Amino acid sequence: MIPFDFDYFKPSAAEEAVRLYQTLREQGKRPVYFAGGTEIITLGRLNRIDTEAVIDIKGIEECQTLRLDSDDLVMGSAVTLSRLQESGFFPLLSQTVSEIADHTARNKITLGGNLCGRIYYRETALPLLLSDTEMVVAGPSGRRRVPLNSAFDGCPRLADGEFVLQLITPSVFLGLPYYTVKIRRQWEVGYPLITVAALKRAGQIRAAFSGVCLFPFRSERIEEILNDGGIEKGARVAEAVRHLPGPVSEDVEGSPDYRLYRLKNALLDVMQALKGEEHARS
Amino acid sequence: MRAAEIRLEVNGEVRSIYVRSSDTLLHALRDKLGLTGAKPGCLNGDCGTCTIDADGMPMKSCLMLAVEAQGLKITTVEGLAYSSLQAEFVDKFAFQCGYCTPGFIMNANALIRKHPDADDATITEWLESNICRCTGYKEIEDAVKSAMAIARSRLADQKGDSQA
Amino acid sequence: MTFDNSMYRKESLEKVTGAAKYADDYGHHPGMLQGKLVISRYAHARIVSIDTAEAMKVAGVRAVVTGQADFPLTGEEIHDRPPIAYGKVRYYGEPVAVVVADTFQAAKQGAERVVVHYDPLPVVRSPSEAIAPNAPLVHEDLARYEKIQHVFPEPNTNIADRTKIRKGDIANGWRHSEVTVEARYSFGPSDHAAMETRCATAEIRPDGQILIDSSTQAPYMIRKLMGEYFKLDPGKITVTAPLVGGAYGGKVPTQLEIVAYLASKAVGGRPVKVFNEREEDIIASPVHIGLEAKVKLGSTKDGKLQAAEMTYLFDSGAYSDKGATISRAGAVSCTGPYRIDNVWCDSLCVYTNRPYATAYRGFSHSEVLFAFERTMDLLAEKLGMDPLALRENNAVCPGDTTPTQVALNSSSIGNLPECIAKLKALMNWDEGRVHSLQNGRKVRAKGIGCIWKTSTIDTNASSGVILTYNPDGSLNLLSGLVEIGTGTKTVLARMAAERLKMDAGRIHVRMEVDTRTMPEHWKTVASRGTYMAGRAVLQATDDLIRQLKDIGSRVLVCAPDELEVGYEKVYIRDEPSLYCNISDIAFGFQHTNGNAIGGQLIGKGTFTFRHLTHLDRETGAGKPGPEWSVGAQGVEIELDTRDFSYKVLKAYSVIDVGKVLNPKAALGQVMGAMSMGLGFAGRETFVFDSKGKILNPQLRNYIPPRYGEHPEYAVEFVETPHIDAPYGARGIGEHGLIGMPAALGNALSLAAGVQLNKLPLVPERIWRTKMEGAAP
Repeated sequence: MIPFDFDYFKPSAAEEAVRLYQTLREQGKRPVYFAGGTEIITLGRLNRIDTEAVIDIKGIEECQTLRLDSDDLVMGSAVTLSRLQESGFFPLLSQTVSEIADHTARNKITLGGNLCGRIYYRETALPLLLSDTEMVVAGPSGRRRVPLNSAFDGCPRLADGEFVLQLITPSVFLGLPYYTVKIRRQWEVGYPLITVAALKRAGQIRAAFSGVCLFPFRSERIEEILNDGGIEKGARVAEAVRHLPGPVSEDVEGSPDYRLYRLKNALLDVMQALKGEEHARS
Repeated sequence: MRAAEIRLEVNGEVRSIYVRSSDTLLHALRDKLGLTGAKPGCLNGDCGTCTIDADGMPMKSCLMLAVEAQGLKITTVEGLAYSSLQAEFVDKFAFQCGYCTPGFIMNANALIRKHPDADDATITEWLESNICRCTGYKEIEDAVKSAMAIARSRLADQKGDSQA
Repeated sequence: MTFDNSMYRKESLEKVTGAAKYADDYGHHPGMLQGKLVISRYAHARIVSIDTAEAMKVAGVRAVVTGQADFPLTGEEIHDRPPIAYGKVRYYGEPVAVVVADTFQAAKQGAERVVVHYDPLPVVRSPSEAIAPNAPLVHEDLARYEKIQHVFPEPNTNIADRTKIRKGDIANGWRHSEVTVEARYSFGPSDHAAMETRCATAEIRPDGQILIDSSTQAPYMIRKLMGEYFKLDPGKITVTAPLVGGAYGGKVPTQLEIVAYLASKAVGGRPVKVFNEREEDIIASPVHIGLEAKVKLGSTKDGKLQAAEMTYLFDSGAYSDKGATISRAGAVSCTGPYRIDNVWCDSLCVYTNRPYATAYRGFSHSEVLFAFERTMDLLAEKLGMDPLALRENNAVCPGDTTPTQVALNSSSIGNLPECIAKLKALMNWDEGRVHSLQNGRKVRAKGIGCIWKTSTIDTNASSGVILTYNPDGSLNLLSGLVEIGTGTKTVLARMAAERLKMDAGRIHVRMEVDTRTMPEHWKTVASRGTYMAGRAVLQATDDLIRQLKDIGSRVLVCAPDELEVGYEKVYIRDEPSLYCNISDIAFGFQHTNGNAIGGQLIGKGTFTFRHLTHLDRETGAGKPGPEWSVGAQGVEIELDTRDFSYKVLKAYSVIDVGKVLNPKAALGQVMGAMSMGLGFAGRETFVFDSKGKILNPQLRNYIPPRYGEHPEYAVEFVETPHIDAPYGARGIGEHGLIGMPAALGNALSLAAGVQLNKLPLVPERIWRTKMEGAAP
């Protein structure tokens, strides 16, 4: 039960959504874009979201696109995690997604919602960051297409009034060897202690992380270290974890030192798994 | 709109109800339609007691606004004709207090329709969306697998009939 | 008829169709006002002020009730708890106000606008902190609280009760001990996490009648306590309890009912519902108790136990509620189920600034036995003895005495050696307890624990049953036992059917309880339903049979003792073709000329325990419960020795249940309890910050076991009759849980090669213990 009221809008075009946003903002309604809405509904119940208007983007056709072209995989931001997972177009993404929340919830949670939500794990970002994915953003100044890697600070960097319309992954990445693992405190469903996703392109391992710090990230420095064949693997891992982009998380899932311990083991597994060219699954 | 009359198709009936935009589907079902089979176990999408069927997919009705359910075919546990799945839940003692049961049944019902030949991994992937605090889950496993076998044999019979 | 085949629960169809109604499923109408709690954000603080003005401005808010000096203090043993915090708050999550409004939404809006100013106080964060010298006091007025006679709070301390066990001569025990071991154990509070959150409704009628509806295990206790607290005539209080969506002890206490009553009073008696959202249910309502324990054991070199010395500090949290009784029950079963002549135990109920504790499935036994049975493994290791053999050597048997010095016989104790022998076979114990898998990283290990449990209950607890007929000769069974999921009411019908030789399907059981119209059943707790209500059922059926024979003898013109009752007939024993149908005499018999005799038949039965006593204050001697159930349990785990993650592969239980009355239901009770025990042992705990705030009050960070995480279960029963109980059945609802924590701790300690003495056993804890052990 959400204690406060909001207006609900369901535009059918991106430009209409953006116009609505601007109008509502001018009216002081503090509008939010709403895709799966699971976070808005749950945080709303706890009064941790303050809005008087939600703009449901599920009616925008482009947000529902899920299409594999010859060059690209085009994923609408309102595509549910279940649909994404079942499509199987991008196996690393499918597997990462399959560990988010639970199956029933994934019928509602969307790609855009997970990527842009307030709950900071945003694990869909990991495969997208590794695969040079670009995002199409709609906003007051029209549309722009931008590499996610260049516009990602733990979540996509968006201007006021903008929302993610689509994510476009070059198809060359879809079939690359990958490895991903989600480690939880003890159980099989829920937030991560850490999540690691990795893939191998042109002989080089790329790796991205969630749960390690208070934001998901991909780090070129860590990748360089992991790919430094001149050093023994254990030493590479020890060096890699010295270059985390922020303090290690401490929360109910686990302590920083245990997170680091499991992270080091997971990185060893990444290197083990991605030695060969086969697809490796956790 | 902030509060309005909407039409929902629930259990094959079109019903008009007056809701706030911020009302969840769970609230609408329980408070506006008197369908209390879906339960408010956590109101946070974690426990699965409020699971209903939306266009053939299990959905946590506490994670959906009532306004979002417009245009979907909603089925609640009250809308199931007494199915072999429900009979198997009884036969295998797959519930004790019964509070999680409607949610489990709605989830498993959708699973069986979509994947009557689901393997263990798929069954687990679907059913781990719900929490049961009374059973050891083994009973639920037995009931779902048994209902799934019945569904498969019915499908085989239908196929046989159509070929005959 | 026998009890060999399984009978479906009578409320099965209600439950699988969604028609079954629980507390919150009622009262969805505009006349029902909704209450919403405002809860404390501090674990220990003085309430400086509460401003309700803004809350009252919310449209639809009708009242805001805050703690008042003239509200009574409440509690079953010690009246230490204000129903709404007054003066200060003692735990994070304590109710400080309730907002009453036309809708739940308005009540929530109002609750957010209640402004409470606190002055924080030092926080008592654990039992050992609580008993340390100069610890802050949780209750400054402990000496002045009203209490029952048999609880012993220690004024100017944080000790709410102390139970002493002094059996034999402990000094002598140590003299005969060639080997001793000692260890400390601890775990914090956790939650019941029933899928149905608690919900209560109250209404005060114009004539002063008070109607309370609640998700409760103890409707009659609510009636009694509300009468006491508010000086009301209990006859004017009616409590109804619909089906309950899981309880596990958590719905024993009277909490929201009082709040709902106060809320109703504040709005002129209109009906008010107070429904816990999950976060409140986890932290505002009572929880599963925590424990700190020290156990020291002594034995001869050949493994005969000589002495056991235990200190148990139960973390009752902010209030004593059931904590005092739990700490007493922990003393009663302070050792494992073994023959030990010299026992010393101090079991304390300790106040801390944590959520207050109430009953939890097993009622102190899984907690105490975690500590004791882990120590048994330590002793076995030190003796160089197989841990199962050590337990076989010392297993309690008829002729032995309990820690409270009750002499045992076969009926009262059952057969533990047989349980151990069966477990040994079931677990293939002789193939070895531990082995590494091929790659060397994974280790499989087995761990065991023995269990026993008796019930420490009110010595005058009673149960009543009424049987009435329908015109078709079918029966109605009325019992005040609440159907919380255990299927007990189905078993009651089965017992009546067996005695009356009729189809159990023809015995209609009223599932909902109404204290006004149904005979009292003390509380639906302590695995006592089958025993207490069962005895009442048998007495009621005998009462009916006597009446049937009486009227039958006049119809059939014979002596009553020449008649038999069965198959819904009363017939002449050696000439069964001469009979009358019960449907023709159940409402009296009418002759063809119109004369009638008899009148309707009503069977009644009651039961109360015999010869139960309070415990002696200095020695603990006494008989607090009737019989014991014993058992032996185990788990097999697979540990990843690099990451310290693990899986429970198999879980085993062999329990002497006396008699199985509904096989699949009994199996379900045991497996479900095992699952809950593995959850408690392996993962469930509140995470507190340094100020006593709970960081995981949701089911997405407090995570009970889910589908797919369940192990393979192997369950067997031993049937040594408890001859006082109906058909010899012993309690069974809790026992599957009791041995799981110790068995898991023993298996993981073996696999990891370190002593794991804290719960829950999450991989991080194993890793940390390992690291600490490796440190120089």
